This record gives sequence, structure tokens and C-alpha cells, in this order.
Amino acid sequence: MAPASIVRLDDVHKTYQMGAVVVEALRGVSLEILAGEYISIMGPSGCGKSTLLNLLGCLDRPTIGRYLLGTEDVSHMDDDALSAIRGARLGFIFQSYHLIQQLSVVENIEIPLYYQGCSEAEGRARATELANRVGLGHRLEHKPFELSGGQQQRVAIARALVNDPLVILADEPTGNLDSKSGAEILELFDDLHTQGKTLILVTHDDEVSRRTHRAIRLRDGLVETDVRK
Amino acid sequence: MNRSPSLSLERLRRTVRLGLKSLWLHRLRSLLTVLGIVFGVCSVIAMLAIGEGASYEAQEQIKNLGSQNIILRSVKPPEAQKISEKNTESYILSYGLTYADLRRIQSTIPGVTVVVPGRIMRETVWNISRFADCEIVGTVPWYPEMRNHPVAEGRFFSEADIIQSASVCVIGAEMADKLFPLGSAVGGAVRVKGDYYRVIGIMEALGKAPGKSDADARKNTTHRMFIPLETARMRYGEVLVKRRTGSSEVEKVQLHEVTLKVASREEVVNVSLAVKDLLERNHKKQDFEIVVPIELLRREERTKQIFNIVLGSIAAISLLVGGIGIMNIMLASVTERTREIGVRRALGAKRRDIVVQFLVETVMLSAAGGLLGVALGVAIPWVVSYAAGLKTIITFWSPILAFTISGLVGVIFGIYPAIRAASMDPVEALRHE
Repeated sequence: MAPASIVRLDDVHKTYQMGAVVVEALRGVSLEILAGEYISIMGPSGCGKSTLLNLLGCLDRPTIGRYLLGTEDVSHMDDDALSAIRGARLGFIFQSYHLIQQLSVVENIEIPLYYQGCSEAEGRARATELANRVGLGHRLEHKPFELSGGQQQRVAIARALVNDPLVILADEPTGNLDSKSGAEILELFDDLHTQGKTLILVTHDDEVSRRTHRAIRLRDGLVETDVRK
Repeated sequence: MNRSPSLSLERLRRTVRLGLKSLWLHRLRSLLTVLGIVFGVCSVIAMLAIGEGASYEAQEQIKNLGSQNIILRSVKPPEAQKISEKNTESYILSYGLTYADLRRIQSTIPGVTVVVPGRIMRETVWNISRFADCEIVGTVPWYPEMRNHPVAEGRFFSEADIIQSASVCVIGAEMADKLFPLGSAVGGAVRVKGDYYRVIGIMEALGKAPGKSDADARKNTTHRMFIPLETARMRYGEVLVKRRTGSSEVEKVQLHEVTLKVASREEVVNVSLAVKDLLERNHKKQDFEIVVPIELLRREERTKQIFNIVLGSIAAISLLVGGIGIMNIMLASVTERTREIGVRRALGAKRRDIVVQFLVETVMLSAAGGLLGVALGVAIPWVVSYAAGLKTIITFWSPILAFTISGLVGVIFGIYPAIRAASMDPVEALRHE
């Protein structure tokens, strides 16, 4: 059986109104992503990477075009429905980790479950399990500022995994890390891939791109190349 | 996703805990933010307590005069006062209520049941070498009952004492302490000028309100000594002589004070008008005054109402200011935590979740301020009563009301920052540095 299509973009346009100027960030992107794919999205700045990532992450809606996530058309959903989709189907990893400073490691990991109405005991158990999986089982009650950058990014990865998402979206996940921690994080991504997770990494780094199995390159709001290795 | 009610209660508890963490992160700021509410709530409770205490005392004093009573007093007419100040020559001044007035009232005004006539003389009372300046009141046996001023020890004088013009007296507790510090005053004798009076009873201390020490009460009230009316008439006649340097002033007054008791409380004001009418017809000068305790009581109640309205306005203003302070800080906090909001939105928080989070924080902040204010507001009257000897009463509803209002302030002034937080675009919020 062929792997299921998880993400499907059909001729997606995105335009912004910047003062008097209309900026066309995406000018007709069509893309299909299958379950278990390990993808990097690259391109010079201003090519529409961030816009594409925001659309894929259901943080924004396309101006024109259709976006199917799993079997659902999310292109015209309202804010609440998109929030629910993000909470249930997507995992986010950011360049600067974006952990919440006043919460401990385990509480940070729990956040997506909290917004889905998961009970506290259940959420705590699942968060602890994931903290162990990323090697931070001994740091559950620590605050983010007590951890190194690499460790913080691991917490963020655990948080992205906690709701068992369809797709994990990572925006420059190694951008703020030294090469050693960065390599460790990338190894973790490789592991996730072998476990069957679908990963989309947005990056500047060719080294990162080389590890992935499909490299999408954008230019001026269009897909320039889309190479499966 | 289904949310059972028990789960949403749990969520609320978790939201509260989360809010506590966020507020605790900026402890000093939270404390400073909340000071407006603290002082607002605290001053309301404290001022209400002091006002309530003062009004209680005033009402007690008025009640002591008797709510069914009308009190008539002789006063020196204003024009006579002027003459006596300018004129150094001696002359006789005759004014005030007369026995004839008394008879007229009794015979013409219905509904007046008991009449307590009284004569008041200022004298120095001696017990061997101890002395006290006091008002000697010549009066009738039913005085204690009429004026709500009971006898503490011994007895008041009787009809028989009046008829015999007996040389007996009843003295105030304050005076008894001063003249007879060692033993009981009852059975002892006091001297006024050349006359001796046997002490047959001691009146209860006046103005002894709960919460006030006895010593305070005794210091403030005037000393009074009661003797039978007939005795007073016999000993002092109707002419009082006041000697001053260079002149002597002679005043002729028959009755200094008359207390009328009206059968029903509703009639008091009407009767007082009738009495006033009657007296004005027979007196050329304005040489009497009419005190109606029930009217004083009503006036006191009105004063209290006005006081409460003023206090309420001050409270409203201070809570408004406090609320604006909280709103200001919450708006700053929302801006500062833009990224946190973005992250939460990305991780599945709905707009409503963000609203609830910030609203709960604001309400907790203002409620904590309210609680602190209540604690201070209860403590301050206590300190005031202890240090200044003022009576204070904390009514049970004032802390509850103040606390509820502070919670409401949190809701009202928290809504706008919370909505602002929730209406942020997640993409923009995530990009915020």
C-alpha cells in the first residue's frame, strides 16, 4: 500500500497588503507530502519559506488555493477550528525554542495536551515519557533558563511530539545551536524519521538539507526544485 | 474534543495555578500593581468602621435622652447675654421656664404623660478635703426611668424625700470615684457650701460605651449630683448669683430643664410643636430651647447616610484608579508576553483560552489586593480604637462587599487586556522579539 498523502497544496497563493504595496509571497505552490517523508525546505530569504511554513502550520490561511491536511480542507476554517487542528495534528519546533519561561520542563511539554482538555494526570504521564525519550528525564522540574540551548531544543521537540502529530514542522531548528548540539538534534530528527514521523525542516543549512530525503527549494514564491533522493 | 464539567473545573484550577506562576515571576511588580486596590479597599473598611463607631456613640447618647422624650431647657436669651458682657453694673436677669409653664403644658397638651422638672446649679461638692465641680440637679423621683439613666448602687430618692425636702443626694459614678476613692459612697455625706447631704445612691456611669475604657468615659462626662426638687427649691430659691471681678450677676430661673414624655413615638414631633407654640405665646424672649431626641436621631441617621454616600464615592474613585493601574500593567504584560501568546496559540490555544488566562490573572491580582486590603482595613480600626480610644465598628458586610468589588474590578479592567492578548495574530506574535 502506498503511503497516504498527509499534506496537499493545490495552487496556493498568499498575498499581503504592506501599506500601499501588495506583496505576493506565494504565487501558486502545489505540493504533496506523504506520510513518513523527511523534507527540507530551502531558499534565499524573501522566497516565501516562512509564509509556506505558516500556511502548513495552519497559523495562516491561503489567499487563493486549497490546503488539505490529512483528509480535511483547512483553507477556509475559522480561527477556533484552526487552533484545534494545530493542537491535535501539528507539532512545532522553533529556532529559538520558544519555551515558556515560568513553566518547568514537564509543564512546557504538556501545553498542547492542556489545550486539548487532556486530564492533568494523563498529560503528566505522557510528558514525562517524552522527556525521557529526548533524554531529559532527570530535568523534569527544571526551568528553561537552567538548561543549555541543546537541552531546550530537546524540550521543544518533546513538546512537538506530545500530541502525536501528523506532521512536525521545524523552523531552523539548529540555527541557534553550536555544531555539536546541532548534530545531536539532527540525530534525534533522524531517529524520529526512522520511527515513521513526517518531518518538514525549514533551513538555510545545506548540511541539514543533505540528511533529508526530499529537498524543496523555493524562489520568488514558487517551487524551484523538488528533489527526492 | 469532549470536555466534561469536572475536566473544565480542573482546567480552571490549572489556569489559576498557571496565573500564580506568572504573577510570582514578577512578584514586586504584582505587589506594586495591586497597591491601589489594597489602599482603596483598606480605607473603605477602616473609614466605615470609624464612621459606624462614631455614629453608634452619637445614637447611644441620643437614645439615653429617650426617644419618646421632649427636653425643654432654659437658655439665657441672646440679647441679655450681650448686655451682661458689656455692662459691668449688677442687675437681676430673669428668664427661663417657670412652674407656670409646667402647669400649662400639663393641663392643655394631651398625650404628655410624665413631666420631669429639673433645676441645675453649678457648685463645688466636698467630702472633707476632696472636692469636685459639678452640676447639682434638683429633680423628681422618676428621673432615672425617664432618662434611661439607672441607679447602679443604693436607691434614687422617693416621693417621701420630695415632700420632706430631705437632704439626700444621688451622685454619678464618676463623682463617687473622685470623692470616695476608698470605700462605697452610699451612706457617706457630701458638703455643698454649708449644707450636708447624705448619699443614698450612685448612678451608673454615663457614656460608657463598650470598647471604651471606664477611665476614658469618666474623664469626659460632667459630674452630676441629684437632689430632690423641693430640697433644691428650698436651699437655692430661684435666684442664682454669679460673682465676677468687678460685678456680680444675678439670674432668676425657676426651672432649668423639663423633660416631657409623650405616650406614642409618632406624636413626639407634633407635641413638640404644640409645646413650642404654647411656650412662645407666654415668653417674650427666646429664653428656652426644645430638644427632641428622636429628631436628633433622625438627623444623625441622615448624616450617616450622607457620610456613607461620600465614603462610597471615595471608594469608587480609589477602586477605579486601582483598576486602571491594574489594566495598565496587564496591557504592558500582554505586550511583554506577546511571544508566549504566539507559542500558546501555535500549540492549540483558542482565543477564548488566552482570554481566560489573562482574565484569571487580573482577577487573581485584584482579589489578592482586595484580601490584603481587607486584612489591613480590619487591622487599622483595631489599632485606632486601641491608640486613640475611638470606638470603631466593623460591620460584617463591609469586608465582604469590598472584597467582591475588588474582584469585579479585576473582571472589568481585565477584559480589555485579555481581549487584546487574544486578538493578536499568531504569526505576528511568534515573530515578536
